[in-house]
Amino acid sequence: MTQRIFAYIIHKKGVVDDTALEMVSAAQRLGIDAPITAVVAGSGDELGTVCNAMAASYAEVWKIDDDALAYINAEVLRELLVRILPTDGIVLIPHEHFGMDLAPGLSVKLGAAYLPDAVDFEGIEDGYLKAVREEYSGQVNTHVLCDISQGAVVTVRPGIFKADESQALQGQIVDKSSEALEEGRTDARRRYIEIVEAEVGDVDITKSEILVSVGRGIEDEDNMEIIFDLAEAMGGDVSCSRPVVDAKWLEKSRQVGTSGQTVKPKVYLALGISGAFQHLGGIKGSPFIVAVNKNSKAPIFQSADIGVVADILDFVPELTDRINEMKG
Amino acid sequence: MEILVCIKRVPDTAENEIEVNRDGSDIERDDLVYSVNEWDNYAVEEAIQIRDKVGGSITVVSVGDEDAEEVLRREMAMGADKGILLSDNAFEGSDGEGVATILKAGIEKGNYDLILTGAQADDGAGQIGGMLAAMLDWPYASLVNIIDIVDDKTIKVGREIAGGNQEMNEMDLPCVLSIQTGINEPRYVGIRGIRKVASMEIPMLGVKDIELLSESVGKSGAKVKRLDYFVPELGEGAEILEGSTDEIIDKLTELLKAKGGIK
Ligand SMILES: Cc1cc2nc3c(=O)[nH]c(=O)nc-3n(C[C@H](O)[C@H](O)[C@H](O)COP(=O)(O)OP(=O)(O)OC[C@H]3O[C@@H](n4cnc5c(N)ncnc54)[C@H](O)[C@@H]3O)c2cc1C
Ligand SMILES: Nc1ncnc2c1ncn2[C@@H]1O[C@H](COP(=O)(O)O)[C@@H](O)[C@H]1O
Repeated sequence: MTQRIFAYIIHKKGVVDDTALEMVSAAQRLGIDAPITAVVAGSGDELGTVCNAMAASYAEVWKIDDDALAYINAEVLRELLVRILPTDGIVLIPHEHFGMDLAPGLSVKLGAAYLPDAVDFEGIEDGYLKAVREEYSGQVNTHVLCDISQGAVVTVRPGIFKADESQALQGQIVDKSSEALEEGRTDARRRYIEIVEAEVGDVDITKSEILVSVGRGIEDEDNMEIIFDLAEAMGGDVSCSRPVVDAKWLEKSRQVGTSGQTVKPKVYLALGISGAFQHLGGIKGSPFIVAVNKNSKAPIFQSADIGVVADILDFVPELTDRINEMKG
Repeated sequence: MEILVCIKRVPDTAENEIEVNRDGSDIERDDLVYSVNEWDNYAVEEAIQIRDKVGGSITVVSVGDEDAEEVLRREMAMGADKGILLSDNAFEGSDGEGVATILKAGIEKGNYDLILTGAQADDGAGQIGGMLAAMLDWPYASLVNIIDIVDDKTIKVGREIAGGNQEMNEMDLPCVLSIQTGINEPRYVGIRGIRKVASMEIPMLGVKDIELLSESVGKSGAKVKRLDYFVPELGEGAEILEGSTDEIIDKLTELLKAKGGIK
């Protein structure tokens, strides 16, 4: 019998996450000829909306409806999923904040293999799924073989697979709530309290048209000045990657990325930024990207339009001077 | 509070350009500089701050070869009380499940209230903490960047989620947390600190010492196996500007102006 394929759907307030349709393409790339089932958990009307939307793209939609899932706690959900999923299924989960919380433990509880953060699939060979992963923040890639004979939980990198909007299915919605909840809920040893929203900073980089973004390559807080000088010359704002915020050289509100802000500028300068996917995930709207990095192999050069291989500590002041001269 | 922090020795990507070796069987390791996985330093710093507030002790543990001793010692110089090296030829080639299985066996030889891991390491997997917690059947939270100790049975943790928002949770001890960067500012370790712990014993434990019976460790037990390393086929990529700095700046300013990058 062929193995069943499942895709876990992330949604918030009735709105489906971009990854939901990316999972359709990812599942097709697996090279297994089987219908794909969307798994959707939540509660009430919002859940219904999401299930209906997913029925157009998935052959089957499994719904778990429970008040306790109004805000989904990965620990509680894991238990419910273990009760309904077959032990030899292939379960795709987006590799983001929620997926990272749920997936590793789910694989253990299902007795399945765990394949994290896949960026591509190259088919099945003798019961092994061949996949591509990145290591060393994208500096090298690897092929891995994953034994799927006892099932597998696979997290899929967001933004890699193109969302498949071509499906026009009338998938069947199957209510799995009673099966999942038959034995009741386990008393959670991790209890959700609340969401604390990120603090608002002095500039709103989500509105900036020109962003001069700085990364760990700036090396020292004292060097930050050259970045602000360039931003001023260009008439843009300063944003940054995560390590700059971790070092407290800039406020969190200036961080671009999946755990920071989503920006949509016209022009984005990436200065001393390697180009980790969590950083790139915050850049939307296809801006004109210029990367300056001293490592010619930095992954950022894959995403940039224009690259300069140089030391930013030398290059940036010269660029600033020239722009100021031009402006007279 | 008895705290265990899992640490991994990894090539320092700030110091090295990582390259694939000739036949693609490994990365070029000859001149690599190694260090503690970035995320693990934050985990050890957090453990130190908790211990200094509520008492107890910190053990750092690593699964690796003899060289992993140097990173354990570095974290002891930082302030951890003890180090344990889990090392055995039989561990070689373990996948994530294998490493978590080895750690679990090691952990069962001790008595811990709180286990910290980094959010991810050099292969970007972010798997060990969550797998370990499930194997121990302890509660787990990933990407933690706030920890408040409520009492000796409960803690409050903040998880960093999309947009930099924080998901606050209450958790029962014992539990496993994966730590996100930025939770604190890891203290500096000077050469004097390293010297101070130079003579401290770091026990090295193997299969027999931790009574590991599992078949899932090592190369033969791995469900996920790395086949090769390769350099991704370059797509379109950026147009790299060449020439003297002056020429590059000429070209770049022209482009920036055209694209509305200079106001
Ligand atoms: C769950 C999760 C969420 C995350 N969210 C985010 C996020 O929202 N935003 C984010 O940015 N990151 C995020 N990260 C972190 C991300 O994985 C990377 O660690 C981070 O983006 C790296 O930042 P960087 O490029 O500045 O540093 P590095 O990766 O260290 O790169 C520094 C670059 O600078 C270059 N360089 C060094 N010196 C110079 C010089 N003098 N001149 C020119 N170039 C130089 C180097 O060659 C290198 O390419 C997240 C990670 C996790 C696990
Ligand atoms: N070999 C190892 N020994 C000890 N801890 C490890 C090892 N590998 C990973 N870890 C821990 O698991 C975290 C996440 O790593 P990973 O799941 O490999 O991305 C690391 O930050 C460490 O805390």
